[in-house]
Amino acid sequence: MAGILIYSEKSKLALELLTAARLIAKDNGLDVKVLCINSDEQAEEMVARGAETYHIKGQIIELADTAAVASALQEAVGKLDTSIVLLSSNRRGKELAGRLAQKLDAGCLSDVTSLQVKGGKVQCSRNALGGATISVQQIETDRQVIALAPRSFEPASPQDGGSLKEMAILVGASNIKVLESRSKAGDVVDIEAAEILVVVGQGMEQADMLLAESIARSLGGEIACSKPIATDKKWLPEDRIVGLSGKKCKPQLAIILGVSGQVQFNVGIRDANTIVAINNDENAYILQMADYAMVADLKVILPELSKTLG
Amino acid sequence: MNIIVAMKQVPDLQQVRIRNREPVIEGVPYTLGIIDKNALEAGIQLKEATGSNLIVVSAGNEEVEETIKEALAAGADEAYLVLDDKLDGMESSLTASLLAATIKKIEEVGLVIFGEGSGDNYSGQVGSRVAEILDLPQVGYVSKIELDGTTAKITRSLEDCEELLEVQLPMVVTVLGDINEPRIPSVSQILKAGRKPKEILELDDLDIEIPKDKKISTLSNLAPETDRKRVAVKSVSDLITALQAEGFVGR
Ligand SMILES: Cc1cc2nc3c(=O)[nH]c(=O)nc-3n(C[C@H](O)[C@H](O)[C@H](O)COP(=O)(O)OP(=O)(O)OC[C@H]3O[C@@H](n4cnc5c(N)ncnc54)[C@H](O)[C@@H]3O)c2cc1C
Repeated sequence: MAGILIYSEKSKLALELLTAARLIAKDNGLDVKVLCINSDEQAEEMVARGAETYHIKGQIIELADTAAVASALQEAVGKLDTSIVLLSSNRRGKELAGRLAQKLDAGCLSDVTSLQVKGGKVQCSRNALGGATISVQQIETDRQVIALAPRSFEPASPQDGGSLKEMAILVGASNIKVLESRSKAGDVVDIEAAEILVVVGQGMEQADMLLAESIARSLGGEIACSKPIATDKKWLPEDRIVGLSGKKCKPQLAIILGVSGQVQFNVGIRDANTIVAINNDENAYILQMADYAMVADLKVILPELSKTLG
Repeated sequence: MNIIVAMKQVPDLQQVRIRNREPVIEGVPYTLGIIDKNALEAGIQLKEATGSNLIVVSAGNEEVEETIKEALAAGADEAYLVLDDKLDGMESSLTASLLAATIKKIEEVGLVIFGEGSGDNYSGQVGSRVAEILDLPQVGYVSKIELDGTTAKITRSLEDCEELLEVQLPMVVTVLGDINEPRIPSVSQILKAGRKPKEILELDDLDIEIPKDKKISTLSNLAPETDRKRVAVKSVSDLITALQAEGFVGR
């Protein structure tokens, strides 16, 4: 084993990877190396956190071309003699992970939420069976590609000892042309940071959304939702989705309204400190996950709850 | 042109129960991965728009032959299946080499479609690995596909932006779960599905070596421990009292 290479196109996530890499390095005595692609800003930031940073600069590597980014990383792995590659498990990172792992003939785990080093092996936890279980897995091949779920580690803090070198790689022709890139309208609310969440599901009627919002306001919380509320009904932006393909939230209090409690939803809220669930079906699984479970019709309860709190 | 849709047979997660924190998979019926059904629907729509031939590929235990009927009923023209009971629970890298070897047997492949993640493991590796083995360009997390002769216009939807890309065919895409609403096959389609052509392949038919050692080992797989109060609340005033006791109201 030689070293750990980290890469993410997002600086914020790269800083989280740096923390995780240092955790592994501490136990395994490996060097941690950072790759940046055409981003002075990220390279400087990584150096400021004490990282041995390599910057591919000025060469055209289209980030939208996963094959091209994977080739660049493969070359870096060879040049820098690293055996473990840590990537971010955002969409770009996950897509890249599989391609890079195939190039390196490496085992690969994505969506990893925590790490532990035991007997020199990196044990990774990730959700399995749609979130019903947490499986602990380890990669047995020398070369390993591990993609870490965003916000699973604290960003690395500033420290001395960083260095910066430029690196050149071979660049091939790309089959992918970017015609347009538009940013999505960002949401100002970060449901992961909220202490109190009111989470709405398909048991809600659109007309009652105002009541849910007023309840959230009275408690000083934010509104979040199950996936279909954002992707099918489009009552809320996708940033508000709780769950496997949304956000993993750890609020002090979650009030869950009209959500059935499918595993893919539950994984996003099961770390809440206190859970209140209201559902008109006494067999809804969400009621079993609740500290306070109420079998009731939201159409009746919401006006009353909103009025009492307001 | 042939459009390929890769689909995975998974246990129906709705029916997986947890006993002593262990998932009970035995006896749970198989189904097709939920996002794989979006991949299939995307394939059907493109087939209808371009007059292509739609082939579904899958690898797994012998049950796959039955499970895949749903895809043939919904609109796939034929199926290429790698069947062996040894393949139960195989890891992503092996699935990818089997699927890639199968796709290599098919001529004039224009587009290979996957779901963004499987219904059970959701690790999202197989599409990327297959693209690498076949040395094809790839775009993941796709929300729109338009075919235009030898190129495709693809929209990739990332967390914070959308990219419109032009890609040379053949290529690999993985589609998002909300790219479309999968159709439900009619009874007559289901009856006819059994007669559609199926190419059944055995491991020996494929030009690959099955690695002896697994790349990944699973140390444990348990439901997280939950420790909830599970107090039944009867009225709004009870609820308010509870929220006050927890310090969330009247702070
Ligand atoms: C790979 C994958 C990833 C996924 N990721 C996510 C994810 O990140 N987040 C997510 O949420 N889902 C996700 N899903 C979808 C998930 O499986 C469920 O389909 C979804 O969570 C269901 O949303 P829901 O509970 O709001 O709706 P439903 O399941 O329809 O539940 C509605 C509930 O409201 C109750 N209800 C109805 N009327 C009333 C009333 N008047 N008063 C009180 N209660 C009422 C019903 O009893 C029911 O329990 C994912 C699925 C897959 C396959």
